[in-house]
Amino acid sequence: MVQVEKLLTQHNDVEGSHTMDVYRSLGGYKALEKALAMTPESIVDEVKKSNLRGRGGAGFPTGMKWSFMPKAPTFPDGRPKPKYLVCNADEGEPGTFKDRLLMTKHPHMLIEGMIVAGHAIGASRGFIYIRGEFVFEVKRVEDAIVEARKMGLLGKKVSGTDWSFDLVVYRGAGAYICGEETALLNSLEGKRGEPRLKPPFPAMVGAFGMPTCVNNVETFCAIPTIINDGAAKYASVGTERSGGTRLFCVSGEIEKPGVYELPINVNLNDLIAHCGGVLGGKKLKAVIPGGASAPMLSAAETDVAMDFDSLAKAGTMAGSGGVIVISEDTCIVEVAARLLKFYEHESCGQCSQCREGSHWLARMFHRIEIGQGTEADLNAIAGICSNMAGQTICAFSDAVTGPALSSVRKFRHEFEEHVRLKRCPCKPEGHVPKHENHASAML
Amino acid sequence: MIIDQEISRKMDALREHLPTEQSLLLPLLHEMQAKAGWISVEVIKEAAAYLKLPPARVQEVVSFYTMYNRKPVGKKHVQVCTNVACFLRGADKLVEGLEKRLGIHCGQTTADGKYTLNEVECLAACGTAPVMQINDDYYENLSDGVLKDIMDKLDRELSHGPS
Repeated sequence: MVQVEKLLTQHNDVEGSHTMDVYRSLGGYKALEKALAMTPESIVDEVKKSNLRGRGGAGFPTGMKWSFMPKAPTFPDGRPKPKYLVCNADEGEPGTFKDRLLMTKHPHMLIEGMIVAGHAIGASRGFIYIRGEFVFEVKRVEDAIVEARKMGLLGKKVSGTDWSFDLVVYRGAGAYICGEETALLNSLEGKRGEPRLKPPFPAMVGAFGMPTCVNNVETFCAIPTIINDGAAKYASVGTERSGGTRLFCVSGEIEKPGVYELPINVNLNDLIAHCGGVLGGKKLKAVIPGGASAPMLSAAETDVAMDFDSLAKAGTMAGSGGVIVISEDTCIVEVAARLLKFYEHESCGQCSQCREGSHWLARMFHRIEIGQGTEADLNAIAGICSNMAGQTICAFSDAVTGPALSSVRKFRHEFEEHVRLKRCPCKPEGHVPKHENHASAML
Repeated sequence: MIIDQEISRKMDALREHLPTEQSLLLPLLHEMQAKAGWISVEVIKEAAAYLKLPPARVQEVVSFYTMYNRKPVGKKHVQVCTNVACFLRGADKLVEGLEKRLGIHCGQTTADGKYTLNEVECLAACGTAPVMQINDDYYENLSDGVLKDIMDKLDRELSHGPS
């Protein structure tokens, strides 16, 4: 049994939870009131003490990220430089769908978290970058911003203070890479979403050249509860190095898929059981524990806590909290080929290692899946991956190697069987494989 | 000319919140596509002139993002997610069914201009897989039966107007 602990989603089923009136009736915007009476430094300290780590994927300590923001940056001529706050709502890591839920049900929680964060880092503007496909969620958040402006919580003189801060929604246009924070900043500037070289880090040179702090939707949504109930309470859930709950997105071959808020260190086996077990009572084959980029765990490796450190120790990553469950009946080669086709499509193309590597891998995995692969293909995969990981501007290239290496290492017998039989053993004999479809990329 | 008073007004409202003219480009292209249906060379030139950018700056952005259609699309743009979570829930069968029903392959538009069919990457709705997006709307928890009802309804809407 898992211990159910809800700090963000306890009001999911309250009708109208997305409106100002209902949000306030449930205690909303009390944290803002409290935070505006605190100094920025004490807010950052509180967030540090909560052990909140970024929920977007990298798991970087949020309080520390905020503390990297310069206190009073100036232009060379001495004028003060504005500081910006950005919300990464470009939810696109396959298997992840929690930010969509938060924006649909609790847009004011996001806004409240952002205003508190804006106060903590001294920002004058905030941008919420939402993936372009989320037309409904864009409207939801925009409507909530209008409500917050009407209440004087955004705009000139926030809540009667001397500080001005406003938010705007920026809609993406379909590019997985824009979830990478520097790619997101380029996209926000109306450019191609190509990641930037670091340093300089966004805290120094971010959106529009100004010091910028970027956090995920879920990270901001955790701020009100930390301010309201104190860092100690938040930190008491989870582990010593990673506090609080996490919104786990469980999908794939699972009885009850959905978003589950649980202590961040819940055991993976317990999580699967909590979601009703593998679909149709089948046996488990593998789990992708942290979104598509996280190396797969075999069924023998699932007795593991889901926090950032435990999963890193298990050779994978907690990533974005997307848990994809795969049953014994599913062909792991086909799953891997599917993922690599995705990466091939989404590589931004700046770095040759990633652009070419993701292309080669996608072709090789597809070839193996349809029975045209060779032993030499199998042996070349590790070499290609070693030329990709750690060699490029951003972490996308490393991410591609996650499914590629883990699938071949842990399920090599399945790959070898494809090569030996010259077909996919999971498909009936005589099955004609579907031709690879790259038409979408051409449109 | 695609940029009308309404689009201009929306851009003016955004200008208050966005520090540079170029940052208006993505929202401007969204608005222009909503009106024109797709991003033609004429649209690119007009957007460039409006934001005082070289047309190549606009072109390189249009070609980067999948949501900007660089060819005309049908009245209903059907995009089925075939990424891993939807794949595990039978998305391939849905695509096959749609190809058969519409008589086209992915990437194509029906001869009557009503439907364009595409595969799309993860739509971030994996908990309700398989999913598809038609124009701005998500359709989730799809099965053969649900899909048939949706498509029948769209067929009626396209022949008689919204019911």
